[in-house]
Amino acid sequence: MIIKSIEDLKRVKEKYEPLIKQRLGHRNGLGLTQIMVCSGTACHSSESQEVRLQLEQELARRGLEEQTRVIKTGCFGFCQYGPIVMVHPGGIFYCQVRPGDVRELVEKHLIGGQVLERLLYHNDSTGKRTPTIEDIHFFQAQRRIVLRNCGVINPEEIGEYIARDGYFALADVILHRKREEVIEMIKKSGLRGRGGAGFPTGRKWELTAAQDIQPKYVVCNADEGDPGAFMDRSILEGDPHSVLEAMTIAGYCIGANQGFIYVRAEYPIAVERLEIAIEQARAAGLLGKGLFGTDFDFDLSLRFGAGAFVCGEETALLHSIMGQRGEPRPRPPYPAQEGLWGKPTLINNVETFANVTVILREGWEWYQGQGTSTSKGSKVFSLAGKINNTGLIEVPMGTTLRTIIFDIGGGIPGGRQFKAVQTGGPSGGCIPAKYLDLPIDYESLKEAGSMMGSGGMIVMDEGDCMVDIARFYLQFSQDESCGRCTPCRVGTKRLLDILTRITEGQGEMEDLEMLEELSYDIRDASLCGLGQTAPNPVLSTLRYFKSEYVAHVRDKRCPAGVCKALLHYTVDEDKCIACGLCAKACAVQAITGAPKQPYRIDPEKCTRCAACVAKCPRQAIQKGTGKDVAVLGGEAGIYAGAGGAENRATL
Amino acid sequence: MAEHNVTGQTIIVQELPFKDVPEKKDLLQEDHRSKQFADMDRVIRLYAGERGQLIRILQKAQEIFGYLPEEVQAYIAEKLEIPVSEVNGVVTFYSLFATEPKGKYTLSVCMGTACYVKGAQALMDALKEELKIDEGETTPDGVFTIKSTRCVGACGLAPILMANEDVYGKASPGEIKKIIQTCRKGESVDHKKH
Repeated sequence: MIIKSIEDLKRVKEKYEPLIKQRLGHRNGLGLTQIMVCSGTACHSSESQEVRLQLEQELARRGLEEQTRVIKTGCFGFCQYGPIVMVHPGGIFYCQVRPGDVRELVEKHLIGGQVLERLLYHNDSTGKRTPTIEDIHFFQAQRRIVLRNCGVINPEEIGEYIARDGYFALADVILHRKREEVIEMIKKSGLRGRGGAGFPTGRKWELTAAQDIQPKYVVCNADEGDPGAFMDRSILEGDPHSVLEAMTIAGYCIGANQGFIYVRAEYPIAVERLEIAIEQARAAGLLGKGLFGTDFDFDLSLRFGAGAFVCGEETALLHSIMGQRGEPRPRPPYPAQEGLWGKPTLINNVETFANVTVILREGWEWYQGQGTSTSKGSKVFSLAGKINNTGLIEVPMGTTLRTIIFDIGGGIPGGRQFKAVQTGGPSGGCIPAKYLDLPIDYESLKEAGSMMGSGGMIVMDEGDCMVDIARFYLQFSQDESCGRCTPCRVGTKRLLDILTRITEGQGEMEDLEMLEELSYDIRDASLCGLGQTAPNPVLSTLRYFKSEYVAHVRDKRCPAGVCKALLHYTVDEDKCIACGLCAKACAVQAITGAPKQPYRIDPEKCTRCAACVAKCPRQAIQKGTGKDVAVLGGEAGIYAGAGGAENRATL
Repeated sequence: MAEHNVTGQTIIVQELPFKDVPEKKDLLQEDHRSKQFADMDRVIRLYAGERGQLIRILQKAQEIFGYLPEEVQAYIAEKLEIPVSEVNGVVTFYSLFATEPKGKYTLSVCMGTACYVKGAQALMDALKEELKIDEGETTPDGVFTIKSTRCVGACGLAPILMANEDVYGKASPGEIKKIIQTCRKGESVDHKKH
């Protein structure tokens, strides 16, 4: 059916609304049971689709397929407890459902009408199991604005998006509004780019609209390259139409008829959902020629990244869309002036677009009331690393790190100490514990030496070495440096050399000054954002964790016990039973001994491979960081710094 | 063969493949080869009309041939009427393109930050140790290639090991032997997820 008017949209909405209402908790006597199976990447990787297929088979086998529907849905955000299955009515929230659990679930819940206790979320602090999302603290502390449809609708069914008032904003804009009016609304809302730098979105639209050149283009940057960030992917997987709708609105406002979504090829599920969404929008007449009976045409096409982090930078991204090497170029001219094929181009990030439809639906006045004085609305973060509740969260701007990490995230596993949180990926920095009560927005994070970035948050505990983390990020930036400008190409290489030297115990005190000086040079002289921000992990760790650098350089020890070259393995003579297994396991003959005498490790020969630790039946081999000595056992020794019970569990 | 230039960037020097006298097996391969090129022609016809689809064409080419040898790059350049240097420039820029054949199984360790802080390096070390090859290399029998991959975004399952498309979440160095053995047998890996 071709949708030509708001009335047409309303008809579609009416058809799908009962399904949606039931999922939102209305007991509307639908006479239907809906089983939502999370089909985001994380749950997908832990066999959620196998669960879905088995559910369908089991329901068919028992003749329940008439009154029960199994529905794919986007990310609930609670990735730590995936695969997630939610049953309506009742909103019963099942965690970690395995294909083997399907039969029992169908028997007990669908036939027996009882909740299957065993699969409910278990609250470790109260020791109770809770049946619904409202009872889980992880969800209570969030406010889902951009993610409102994730977990509620089937992303592969355009009707369900329309039932959530989707495409109404587009209809309103095309049929009733002037371009300037819409741009003004976006400006007044205070929305800023969610890709990292935080440029005012309305201003960008205005700049592109003001260009008197045709054709123009709209581009969605879905090249989410930051390691540990998966917000954009989850939006594309869970609510692709929100991005399509916003891009079409943007096209109308700036006067473009063609849009491109540049998406990472590493996100196969997101790509598939986008392809389906574009196909359905075309079939419904919501993309293509003469939208809503007007003379406005707009269509979208996908372009795929091929594994280059620098393509997240807008000028590099443009080159990549044109099928060239993804190298950045100097700005100005900005893409708003000269973008794709030299024409004015508007580039916004996925989450930014997802916010646009919210603003137009709820009104800029409402939106402006959310967040802090400089940063409006909410922000989606992906929480990962040493945290109990890994997952996707959305909070209003201005929420403190403490709320995010300890309240929503459930704190650090294994009773270990919080050390730092890394935001902004390779362009950001590490924020120490003293800033836990900092309300986060674009400005405050920048002041703390990090940046908003796209929203990845990696939590680190006392077992993580900050020098090693800085080295890890520099390795990433160095690998991904496109080589176009010298400060970035050579500078990151030199930074990495120095950091590697320090982690190997070869550092000098002068190196620390050199690191800082070089970092400032790279920041000031690089061509694009990648180089300008690449030194941030070094600068922020130097600022907050200088003592760790000094320990590596002066005392030749790694306080966290991560840097291999600075570890010392010794045999606890009281525990050693002189069995000789360690000596046999040693590839470099560093261990010597004789029957009935304790064995010894020669530190000169030892390569710190920890093979002996794994073999010792008495856990007599100790790993020392210079001052403190930790006893290790079993496999844990293979992963340097894995002394805690939690780490053993994850290994 | 990798060398380092003055700026410390790694440059790859290509070695020419050694050509043998054709045998029966080679003739069969030749047949397969011409089918691959026919597929390639279809892809080029499909995308050549659109601007800026070189990356897409190369992605499809890699699906067809498994990797992008010089021969294929030259073929694409000729068909698209662009200089082969332009094609080669794009191929060498993006990390998803391979100019060397890959093993039957590509074992990739996710090196995103979440995986890294949860022990991805130990996983990678164990993998290298077990297969006796380095990152980016293929075992002499052509079965395994090891590589590190960028964040796959399933951080809740960190650290992640992928055998081709199969994802093994919360993988441990101790499990590597088992995964490799089952790959060798050509079975799918029976992995107990946590």
